[in-house]
Amino acid sequence: MWQIIQTASPQLIKAGLKYTIPIALIAFAIGLAIALVTALIRLSSKRGGFLAIKVLFRFYVWVFRSTPLLVQLFIVYFGLPYLKIRGLSPHGIQLDPVVAGILTFSLNTGAYCSETIRASILSIDQGQWEAAYSIGMTRTMALFRIILPQAIRISLPPLANSFISLVKDTSLAASITIVEMFEVSQQIAAQNYQPLVMYMLVAVYYAVFCTVLTWLQGYLEKVTSRYIVAK
Amino acid sequence: MLKVSQLTKSFGDQEVLHGLTTSFPDHQTTVILGPSGSGKSTLLRSLNFLERPESGHYDFDGENLDWSQPIGNATILQIRRHTEMVFQGYNLFPHLSVLKNITEGPIHVLHHEKAAAQTEARQLLAKVGLADKANEYPSQLSGGQSQRVAIARSLAMHPEYIFLDEPTSALDPELELGVLKVLLQIAKEKQSMIIVTHNLAFARQVADKILFVENGHILFDGPNQDFFGTQNQRILDFISAMTFSDLAEN
Repeated sequence: MWQIIQTASPQLIKAGLKYTIPIALIAFAIGLAIALVTALIRLSSKRGGFLAIKVLFRFYVWVFRSTPLLVQLFIVYFGLPYLKIRGLSPHGIQLDPVVAGILTFSLNTGAYCSETIRASILSIDQGQWEAAYSIGMTRTMALFRIILPQAIRISLPPLANSFISLVKDTSLAASITIVEMFEVSQQIAAQNYQPLVMYMLVAVYYAVFCTVLTWLQGYLEKVTSRYIVAK
Repeated sequence: MLKVSQLTKSFGDQEVLHGLTTSFPDHQTTVILGPSGSGKSTLLRSLNFLERPESGHYDFDGENLDWSQPIGNATILQIRRHTEMVFQGYNLFPHLSVLKNITEGPIHVLHHEKAAAQTEARQLLAKVGLADKANEYPSQLSGGQSQRVAIARSLAMHPEYIFLDEPTSALDPELELGVLKVLLQIAKEKQSMIIVTHNLAFARQVADKILFVENGHILFDGPNQDFFGTQNQRILDFISAMTFSDLAEN
């Protein structure tokens, strides 16, 4: 068994470094940006034409939270090539599998994280907004200088949840032909007939990466909670 | 001079301020008194546009605004530059040090030099008796200290008016005293202030002018000594209730 681990590990690690980790990191970074924009739009008080945009973002969150991630991946990678719109995409939209993966993961995690960020902003006492307004800040300034720095601290644990979920969900990318870590473990298992060892091994590698993220979360929580000092 | 006329404000179907007209003289301290729920805080918050009255006029330094008309953000920002609010719950920024709480506005809103803003902030901290707390976080301060920092934060903006919304209601008497002393000092320096308070002894000492508000109407609007020398039975009842004289007699 030790020998199986020794021969399989380099391939698994290589796939992890080439696909799993970069896809997770890039998708989460994009997802966070999408989430922040979505949360801010949904929290904005503007009416009129802006209402249509708010409805649109609400629809986006609803779609991505209400359908399975695997189905979303299939629609984007296998389905979009059949989306033939005259003048716009006469031959359908054929995406590179990694691009399709990152796109789908970003949109999916963005939908979940937008709710986390929205809730964390709402959890900040209204008095903080009022104090910021009172010293002459605009809404945008108050948001970025006063509200978000406090909201980030609150949103860290649930955001870390989303990130850790995403890392594991990247294994679904195997189903759209990306040779990421889980796909490699399947291929090796098919050759050496050791599915138990192979899948246990790949599980360990996912766990290792998620453990590192957990540590990172702990560190960030500490940094962002510096101002909470016991009297 | 800050004036309001025919100020009307409702929350939902309930009208809480019924066409108030009054003025708040420069370089004087106006104290707003009245029972809980009388609308005094709403009146104060309206002056800083934290509440938006449905109708009435707002006259500040010759600029006349009609609350029944749309008022642009730029106008509101302009007014807020000249007015500061001190809240009952302090509302210090918990993620910033005491010093940064005070310099946040001067540096980022008024675009003052950082070093100059910090020097002034330290002077203001010394003024409110907290020179040694500059680098602490609000979570390390007592309520009284927090409120004194909030007062320093408002002074740092060099406002024409400071509005104080029950600044000591959340404090126990011992801590309250420290805050009241600071406010008396500021009043002596002729800073224009409008204070909502339940502390009659303090009102008597600090006020140039007193407004007595009940059920969204102004029942008294005049100089300090006239208020405490009034023959108006309702006001006498209020004063007596607030000073516990009944309790002592019984």
